Amino acid sequence: MAVSVRRLGPRAVGLTYLLALLGAPVAMIFYRTFEHGLAPVWNAVTQPNAIHAFWLSVELVAIVVPLNTVFGIGIALLIERGRFRGRALLGLLLDLPFAISPVVVGLALVLVYGRTGWFGNWLTAHGIQVIFSIPGMVLATAFVSLPFVARETVPVLHELGTDAEQAAATLGASAWQTFRRVTLPAIRWGVVYGVVLTTARALGEFGAVSIVSGRLEGQTQTLPLYVQDRFENFDTTGAYAAAVVLALLAFATLLTMNLLARRTRRDTAV
Amino acid sequence: MAIEVHNVTKRFGSFTALDDVSVTVKDGALMALLGPSGSGKSTLLRIIAGLETPDAGNVSIAGQDLTAAPARTRGVGFVFQHYAPFKHMTVYDNVAFGLTVRRASKNEVNERVGELLSLVRLDGLAKRYPSQLSGGQLQRMALARALAPQPKVLLLDEPFGALDVQVRGELREWLRRLHEEIHVTTIFVTHDQEEAMDVAGQIVVMNGGRIEQTGTPRELYEQPVNEFVMSFIGPVNRLGDALLRPHDIQILPGGDFASGAVEALVRRVVHLGFEVRVELTLPDGRDIWAQVTRETTAELELEEGQILSARLPTPRLFA
Amino acid sequence: MSPGPVSQALERHSPRRRGLPAGGRSATALGNGLLAGYLSVLVLLPVSALLASAASGGSAAFWQSVSGPEAVAALKLTLVASAIVVVVNALFGTLIAWVLVRDEFPGKRVVNALIDLPFALPTVVAGVVLLALYGKGGPAGIDITFTRAAVGLALLFVTLPFVVRSVQPVLIELDRSMEEAAGSLGAGSWTVFRRIVLPNLTPAILSGAALSFARALGEFGSVVLISGNLPFKTEVGSVYIFNQVENDNVAAAASVSVVLLACALVVLGAMTWLSRRGSAHGG
Repeated sequence: MAVSVRRLGPRAVGLTYLLALLGAPVAMIFYRTFEHGLAPVWNAVTQPNAIHAFWLSVELVAIVVPLNTVFGIGIALLIERGRFRGRALLGLLLDLPFAISPVVVGLALVLVYGRTGWFGNWLTAHGIQVIFSIPGMVLATAFVSLPFVARETVPVLHELGTDAEQAAATLGASAWQTFRRVTLPAIRWGVVYGVVLTTARALGEFGAVSIVSGRLEGQTQTLPLYVQDRFENFDTTGAYAAAVVLALLAFATLLTMNLLARRTRRDTAV
Repeated sequence: MAIEVHNVTKRFGSFTALDDVSVTVKDGALMALLGPSGSGKSTLLRIIAGLETPDAGNVSIAGQDLTAAPARTRGVGFVFQHYAPFKHMTVYDNVAFGLTVRRASKNEVNERVGELLSLVRLDGLAKRYPSQLSGGQLQRMALARALAPQPKVLLLDEPFGALDVQVRGELREWLRRLHEEIHVTTIFVTHDQEEAMDVAGQIVVMNGGRIEQTGTPRELYEQPVNEFVMSFIGPVNRLGDALLRPHDIQILPGGDFASGAVEALVRRVVHLGFEVRVELTLPDGRDIWAQVTRETTAELELEEGQILSARLPTPRLFA
Repeated sequence: MSPGPVSQALERHSPRRRGLPAGGRSATALGNGLLAGYLSVLVLLPVSALLASAASGGSAAFWQSVSGPEAVAALKLTLVASAIVVVVNALFGTLIAWVLVRDEFPGKRVVNALIDLPFALPTVVAGVVLLALYGKGGPAGIDITFTRAAVGLALLFVTLPFVVRSVQPVLIELDRSMEEAAGSLGAGSWTVFRRIVLPNLTPAILSGAALSFARALGEFGSVVLISGNLPFKTEVGSVYIFNQVENDNVAAAASVSVVLLACALVVLGAMTWLSRRGSAHGG
């Protein structure tokens, strides 16, 4: 009897908390979105502005994720294999996007690339617009999603050790051959996991993009910005529908993460 | 090909791993680098391979100074302590790696890999992954992989260290025969003196980043140049500054004081199969032990508490 | 070679971490150059500009920006709300981690997977989701819109995974025989938890708490819809900064940003220091 109370107590409290904070609200948004059937939802998500916002978000992901993947692997290699004094500094730099508010990221970018920013005059003179257009949104999204690939790759590289890479070198492989044929295949699941996290973060970024985009409907409005816009214009159907699209993408992310986590566990169990 | 190491020094921070070390390995030799943990033997091997850069000194292979050459151009086959298998590749692809990075033709690769796999007796396991191999099989795969690009020299870092006793014995024997067959200059690192003496023709004894002595197993055992070599290369009794080998102590019936034998009390008799260890206390209270055969034990009816005579050999004194 | 103290020292000093073999040096240099450029354009320059802008008017202007009544109210709300959220997270996060590791119940794997949802869900969607249940006209019959409770709820939602995910692996690795030993010595289950389990979890709880604190300090997307952003009442620091930027008051925005950033860095730094000290204790 005492045992079951001891077990059930924490379980009941923990699950109730999760239900109140997470489960019920998420279930509720699906319910409220679809309570009047599919037609209004379909109608809402096929609005031209909604479709534009969706593709703009996809475009940002398509630019930012490859960039942060390549540079993330590069940073991870430098941190784990590099031989220079600034390694700790680099690690700190990598933590910065976690410590800094997205709004502040947006502001910082405006201060450099905005009209009155450090490079403002030069950019204007050359007819380049960064802030309130795609380049600025790319920068904002890239900043906030920078650490994920590197952070997932560093421990895998550490675990891998350098023996296999040194073996490849003694067998005559060049640096590139070693990376391509020995290092990359061994770290691939860590990288992919980081890519999934980067994608989720890039897709959902709100604060930083909110500042640098100018939020121009049908132009620089991403899907999360569209959700806010609809909500503030009392179009709850539109807001819920777009939110549900993003939530479904989040569930897809979760599913991928779980499948990958199992995959990596199996790989490293060898 | 011959390997020459001249005056190599290597420091890691404040720790001196190698202190002005010079070694020459003759073409076709099978040499052991023997020493305790931290003696610098692995560092020396890695410097020869180009996996570490010496702070001073130089390394040449086949008369060519390779001190500044990167590992991949040295033509060195290296077998890592834990084999460093490429886990995501099959046995075949592991062995083929050194050939494919040189863009060898498919036929060439096929032929050479087949040849090597049968040399190391892994035919039939080509499609397996490293995770499906035993320790001994991994070891042989690593060896085949290192030999595939026809290295000028073969370097092995603690090649038997991670294997269990029985497999270790078989592989030693096999490595010696393999060396007789292919005759590539080979250096292996070990901390096990028995292993070094069993396999190598020449042994370099290292300690604290320096070379203590170089010689054949017999030379090292019979004419150790210092206390370290003598005590590292076999069992010793220590009587003050003097060292003597337990099997050089002769045990005689009690009361036999011929040629300087002394009285000794048998403290303990330990039967270790063929040999018997007899622990003795001398009249001055010092403890030593002698290694005798079962026959001697039976003849003298050795037992605890017995008093007999022990003739000590001329002890070695190292200044 | 068995790892004695010397070989450990050797391992520490050894540059074996280098893996990129020589030979690809020029390619490596090019890669490093590109990397440095990317990090500069993306992170270093903007953060420097932020600091420069905050410092541009001198210390008097900086002080004026961060001590204005609205700024102070926003910063105070942010700090207090984050502190409360951290305490709640530490308690419930540990409890949930415990349930997920030590308890067995149907659907546990699904619950475990859902813990990460707040990380995967866009923050603005988190706000909308909370409003769907706890907002005006919601089935819960309560309306938290435009209240400080809404701020707290939003922060709890987005920071939920931190403590759970840092405590969980430690709990999995925790040696059960320690608890069994304590039990065999006559300790009751609460005593075992308090004296044996909790001390082992503390570093992980602290680290998760620090991460959620840093996150809560800067949180924007989930708060902006639900809180109404009423100055002196529900306006948090990030929203205050946002409004200053919108009003072209960038220097003031930068000053408050620097304060927020400094708070986050201090907490994360303290955590690193504490966990290092903790691991030194644990050997």
